[in-house]
Amino acid sequence: MEATSARVMTAEGYLAPPPTPHHYEGNPAAHKHAVRFGMWLFLATEILLFAGLFVGYAVFRTDFPEAFDQAARHLSLFLGTTNTLLLLTSSLTVALAHHNAEHGKNRNAFWLLLVSIAMGGGFLCIKAIEYTEKFREGALPGRFFAFSEITAPGGPMFYVVYFFATGLHALHVIVGMSLLTWVAIRCWHKEFSPTHYAPVENAGLYWHLVDLVWIFLYPLLYLV
Amino acid sequence: MSSSASSAAAGGPAVFPEHHYLNNGTTVRSWLLTLDHKRIALLYLSVVMVSFLLGGIFAMVIRLELLTPGPTIIEALTYNRMFTLHGVVMIFLFMIPAIPAVFGNFFLPIMIGAKDVAFPRWNLVSFYLYFAGAVLALWGMLNGGTDTGWTFYTPYSTTTAQGVLPVLLGVFVIGFSSILTGLNFIVTIHTLRAPGITWFKLPLFIWALYGTAIIQVLATPVIGLVAMLVAAESAFGFGFFDPARGGDPVLFQHLFWFYSHPAVYIMVLPAMGVISETISAYSRKNIFGYSMIAASSLGIAFVGFFAWGHHLFTSGQSAFDAGAFAVISMLVGVFTAIKVFNWVGTLYKGAIAFTAPYAYICGFLFFLVFGGMTGIALATVSLDIHWQDTYFVVAHFHFIMVGAVIMGFLAGLHYWFPKMFGRTYHEGWALVSAALIVLGFNATFIPQFLLGNAGMPRRYYEYPERFQALNVASTAGSSLLAIGFIIIAIYLGFALKYGPVAGPNPWGSRGYEWMTPSPPPTENFDVTPTFAHPPHDYTEDAVGDPDFAHARTT
Amino acid sequence: MNGDLLDTDWLRRLLWLPEQASTFAVSVDRLHYFVIITTMVMSGLTGALAFYFFFRYRRLSENQTTPAVHPTVGFEVAAVSVPLVVFLAWFVIGFGDYAKLANPPPDAMDVYVMGKQWMWKFAYPDGPNSVGVLHVPANRPVRLLLTSRDVIHSFYIPAFRLKQDVLPNRYTETWFQATKPGRYQVLCAEYCGTQHSKMWATVVVLAPEAFDAWLKEQQRGLVARADILADPDMVSIQGNLVEQGKRVAMEQGCLRCHSINSAVNDTERHIGPTWVDLYQRPTKLTTGDTIVADEAYLTESMMEPNNKIVAGYQPLMPSYQGKMSGPDTAAVVEYIKSLRSDSAELQPVKGPVYEQLRQ
Ligand code: HEA
Ligand code: HEA
Ligand code: HEC
Ligand code: CUA
Ligand SMILES: [Cu+2]
Repeated sequence: MEATSARVMTAEGYLAPPPTPHHYEGNPAAHKHAVRFGMWLFLATEILLFAGLFVGYAVFRTDFPEAFDQAARHLSLFLGTTNTLLLLTSSLTVALAHHNAEHGKNRNAFWLLLVSIAMGGGFLCIKAIEYTEKFREGALPGRFFAFSEITAPGGPMFYVVYFFATGLHALHVIVGMSLLTWVAIRCWHKEFSPTHYAPVENAGLYWHLVDLVWIFLYPLLYLV
Repeated sequence: MSSSASSAAAGGPAVFPEHHYLNNGTTVRSWLLTLDHKRIALLYLSVVMVSFLLGGIFAMVIRLELLTPGPTIIEALTYNRMFTLHGVVMIFLFMIPAIPAVFGNFFLPIMIGAKDVAFPRWNLVSFYLYFAGAVLALWGMLNGGTDTGWTFYTPYSTTTAQGVLPVLLGVFVIGFSSILTGLNFIVTIHTLRAPGITWFKLPLFIWALYGTAIIQVLATPVIGLVAMLVAAESAFGFGFFDPARGGDPVLFQHLFWFYSHPAVYIMVLPAMGVISETISAYSRKNIFGYSMIAASSLGIAFVGFFAWGHHLFTSGQSAFDAGAFAVISMLVGVFTAIKVFNWVGTLYKGAIAFTAPYAYICGFLFFLVFGGMTGIALATVSLDIHWQDTYFVVAHFHFIMVGAVIMGFLAGLHYWFPKMFGRTYHEGWALVSAALIVLGFNATFIPQFLLGNAGMPRRYYEYPERFQALNVASTAGSSLLAIGFIIIAIYLGFALKYGPVAGPNPWGSRGYEWMTPSPPPTENFDVTPTFAHPPHDYTEDAVGDPDFAHARTT
Repeated sequence: MNGDLLDTDWLRRLLWLPEQASTFAVSVDRLHYFVIITTMVMSGLTGALAFYFFFRYRRLSENQTTPAVHPTVGFEVAAVSVPLVVFLAWFVIGFGDYAKLANPPPDAMDVYVMGKQWMWKFAYPDGPNSVGVLHVPANRPVRLLLTSRDVIHSFYIPAFRLKQDVLPNRYTETWFQATKPGRYQVLCAEYCGTQHSKMWATVVVLAPEAFDAWLKEQQRGLVARADILADPDMVSIQGNLVEQGKRVAMEQGCLRCHSINSAVNDTERHIGPTWVDLYQRPTKLTTGDTIVADEAYLTESMMEPNNKIVAGYQPLMPSYQGKMSGPDTAAVVEYIKSLRSDSAELQPVKGPVYEQLRQ
C-alpha cells in the first residue's frame, strides 16, 4: 500500500489508510501487528491489576465465609443479572461494529457503537441505583459500615472488596465508553476502511476486557 | 582506553560527524518534546543521575548518623525519613529506570537496526509520567516526611502520622511509566527487527531487556493496585490491611513482594545484559553459551515471579509455603549461576584489554556471586530466622544493587559513552575511580554482613555499643565510595565537551550499535547496514569479512 | 560436613556471631559456616579466574581475532547441576531446622509475649507478668505465643538465633531451649516507628531450680504487685486469645459436638462432653483411671482423641492433628479454660493471674 498518496474519500470511507509512521515505513503490516500486540499486552496488565483484587477476595472470603454469604444474599440478583446481560449484549454490538468498520461500513458501525455506549450507560445507571441502596442501608466499607442485617464478623470487609472491585470496574466502564465515543465520532466521519480499522479494534478489545472482568465479578459477588 | 587507540587504529584522526541526533534541533522545545528515542534516553539519564546523587546524599547522612551508637547528627524521626527517602529514591527513581530507560531506550532500536521504538509518543509520555511521579514522590517525602521504609508495611504505614499518600501516588505513576516502557520494548523487539536479525542473532542486551520488559508488564500492575489500596486505606480507613478491622497485614506483604521480588530482577537483568555485551567486546570473544545466557534471562524472569515468599519466613508463614518459596529461590540462583559460568567461559581464549569497564566487569562478577550466594543463604530458611531484618540483608542487597548493578551501569556508561556523545574520557582517572569504588564498596558493605551476623537489626537509629567498630568501618568505606563517584562525575563531565573525538568504533566492538557513526544520526544509520554475522562474533571469518567493515575502526 | 572441624569457636568469632545460648543456635551456626565458606570460595574463585584469564589471554594486538569457543553439553550440565545440588543440600539441612522450629515440643512451657510501641511485655499462664524482662529456665523448652497491640514488631534474640514477627490481632508462636544461664538481649527487628531502635528487653535464663524458686517467689508476691496485675494490656493478651479460640472452635466445628452452655441448663445431651468447667475437672476415663484435665490433656484430646476416652462416650471425635496450627490450638485451650459456670455470663475471664489466685 502506498502510504504517501492522498487519502481519497468515497461513500464507504477512506480508501487509503493514514501514512505509516516513519520508523515503520515500508512495512505497514508490521505496524498493524505492533498496534494490536501492544493492545494485548496492555490488556494483560489490566487483568493482573484485577487479579490482585481477586486474591484479596479469596483471602477474606476464607476468613469470613458467613459474612460473605449473608452479604451476597443482600445484593440484588435481579439488578446484577440485568447488568451482566447488558454488558454481554454490548460486547456483541461492539464486535459487530468492529466487523462493519473493517468492511468500510462506517455508518452501521457508528450506530452499533452508539447502542453499545447506551448500554454502558445503562450499566452505570443500574450500578448507581445499587450504590444508592447500599448507602441508604449503611452497607458500606470499613468504618462506615452500619448495616444491621449482617451479623457475622467481616461484613465491613465484604463491602471494602465490593466497592473497590465494582468501583474500579465502573471506572473502566467509563474509560471504555469514552474510547467507544471517540471511535464512534471517527466512524461518523467515515475514517475507517478495510486497510485502517485498528482504533475500532482496540477500543473494542478494551470493551471486551471490561466485559470479561465483570464476568468474573458477577458470580463472585452475586452468586457464590 | 587510551585516547590514541581510536584514532591510530582508524589510520588518521577521527572526525566528529557533522549531523547527529544531538545537534538536530537545539531549542529547549526540541529536547523536551522530542520523539527521538536517543534524546528521550538522555532526558532519563539526567533525571536518573540527579536521583542517584540525591539517594547518595541521603545514604551519606545515614552513614554519618550511624558513626556513634547514640544520636549523632539528626533525630530519630529524621533518620527514619532518611532511610525511607534513600530506599524509595534509589529503587523507584534511580535503579528501576536506570539501565532500561537510559541504555535500553538509546540502544535497543539501534541494536536491532530500527529507526525508533514501536511507539515513540508513548515513550515520551512514559518519560513524563516518570518525571511527574518522581517529583510527586520526592515532594511527598520531603513535605510530609514519610517514615515507613520503602516497604510501606501495614498497619504502620496506614496509621503513621506522617503522610504517605503522595509517595504512594508517585510510586503508582512511576509504575505506569515502567509498564509503558516495558510494553514498548516488547513490541519493538517483535516488530522492528531489521531484515537479517533473527531471534538468535539478537545481542544479549536485547534478550535481557526482553526478560525485564516481561516482568515490568506483568508485575507492575500489582504494585499499582497495592498503592491504591494502601492510599484508600490511609485516606478512608477501609481496613483492608488493618487487623483491627478484620483486615490482613500479611496479605499486604504478599502483594507487595509479588511485585517487589520480581522488581529486583527488573534491576539486575539489564545489568546482566550490559555485562554480556561488554565482556564480549573487551575480550574480543564470541559469547560462550549464547543461547544458555539468553534462555536463562527468560528463566529468571519466569521463575522470579514465584519466589516472593522468601521475604516472609518469619511472618508466621506455614512451613510448607516457606519450603516451596525457598526451593524456587534456589532455582533462580541456578539460572544466575549458568550466566556466571558462561561469562567466565567467554574470557577463556579471549584477547582481553584491561580497561576501566573491564575492571567493573571483574567487580560485577565477584559482587554478583557473593551477593547472590548470600541471597541463597537467606533463602535457606533456618538461617534467615537469624538474619531477617538485620544488616546482613542490607549487605546482601547492596552487594547486588550497588556491587553488581551499579558496576554494570558504570561498565555500560563507559563502554557506550563514546557512542552516545562521540568523545572519549580519560582512561587514567577512570581506572583510579574504578579502584576506589571497588575498594570503597568492599569496605562499606563487608562490615555490614558482620553486623548482621552479630545481630544488629536494620532501620536502627541507635544501636548497642558493641556494634560501633563495624559501623565506623562502614562509614569510612562509604566516603571512599562517594569520592569515587564524584571523580567519575568530574571526568565524564569534562569529556562531554573536551574529550578526544572517538570515531564510530573506538573499542573495535562488533556489536551492531557500533556500525553507525558516534554520535549516531537521528535516523540511527546513515547507510542501512546488513547483518551478516551475529553480534558477538570475533572470528577471523567475521572480522575479515570485507562486506562487514564495521568492526574495523573506520 | 565434618562437624568437629567446623564447630570451632574461632570461626564463630571471626564471623562476629554472638554466643550460642540455645540448642537452635548450635545447629544454625553449623549450617552458617558451610554456607558462608562455600560463598567465599565460589566468589573468590570467580574473581580469581577472571583475573587469571586476563593475564593468560591478554590482548596482543588491536584487531586481534579469536576462535569461536562453544560450551560442551557436559559443561552446561555441570553448570546447572553443581549449584543445584549444593543449594538443595543447604535447603534440606535448613528446612529441617526450620520445621523443628515450627513444631514446639508438647511439654514446652508457655509464655505470652506482647509487643507494643515500644516495649515488650511477658505473661506466664500460671503466675506473674513483667515488662521488659523475660525469665526462663535453662534446658527446658519454652514456647512463646506472641501478639501485638498496635503495629508489626519482631521478637529477636540474637544469642538464640531466634526471631518471630509479632502481629496485631493474631497469634504467632515460636520456641526455644536455652542452654546457658545468663542475660541476653531482646531486640525489635521489624520497623515500628520512632523508637523502633530502642524497643529492647532482656531474657534472663535461670538454672531450672533457680527458675522454679523464682516462680514461687513471684506467685507469693502477686498480691503485693497488684498494680502491675491491673495493667489492662496484660489482660488483653489473654482476652484476645480467648476470642480467637472461640472463633477457631466455631470454624473447626467443635461446637457441633461440644456444648458451651452452662451444664446445668443443658438438658440436651451432646455427642461430646461439655466444655463448661472442663478445665481442672477430674475426668473418669473408660480405662477406669481418673485424670485432671489440664492443658496437656486438653491438647492431647484434640490431637489424639482416642488415646484417652471419657467414660460414657464413644470414640467419635476426629483428630485435629495437622488441621489446627499451634497458636490456634493454644487459643482453643485458653477458650476452654475460660468457660466457667460461675463466671457471670460465661464471658472470657480477664486473665490467668486472677484465676490462679482464686484457687
Ligand atoms: C537487584 C536486586 C536483588 C537481587 C538480584 C536479589 C537476588 C536474590 N535475593 Fe535478594 N533482596 C534484595 C535485592 C535483590 N536480591 C533486596 C532489596 C532485599 C531486601 C528488601 C527489604 O526487605 O528491604 C532482598 C532480600 C532478600 C531476602 C529476604 C531477606 C530477609 O528480609 O530476611 C531473601 C531471602 O531469601 C533474598 C534472596 C535472594 C535470592 C535467592 C536471590 C537470587 O536471585 C540470587 C541468585 C544469584 C546467585 C546464586 C549467584 C550466582 C551463583 C553462582 C555462580 C553459584 C555457584 C555456586 C556453586 C557451584 C555452589 N533476598
Ligand atoms: C539501588 C539501590 C541502592 C543504592 C545504590 C544504595 C547505595 C548506598 N546505600 Fe542503601 N539502601 C537501599 C538501596 C540502595 N542503597 C535500600 C532499598 C535500602 C532500604 C531502605 C529501607 O530500609 O527502607 C537501603 C538502606 C541502606 C542502609 C540501611 C539503613 C537502615 O536500615 O537503617 C544503609 C546504611 O548504611 C545504606 C547505605 C548505602 C550507601 C553507603 C550507599 C552508597 O553506595 C551510596 C554512594 C553514592 C553516593 C555517595 C552518591 C555520589 C554520586 C554522585 C557524586 C553523582 C554521580 C554522578 C555521575 C556518576 C554522573 N543503605
Ligand atoms: C464428631 C464429634 C466431635 C467433634 C467435631 C469434636 N469432638 Fe471433642 N469429643 C467428642 C467425643 C465423643 C468426646 C469424648 C470421647 C473422647 O474423650 O474422645 C470428645 C472429647 C473431647 C475432649 C475431652 C473432654 C473431657 O471431658 O475430658 C476435649 C478437650 C475435646 N473433645 C475437644 C474438642 C475440640 C477442641 C474440638 C474441635 C477442634 C472437638 N473436640 C471436636 C466428639 C467430638
Ligand atoms: Cu517494635 Cu520495631
Ligand atoms: Cu526477593
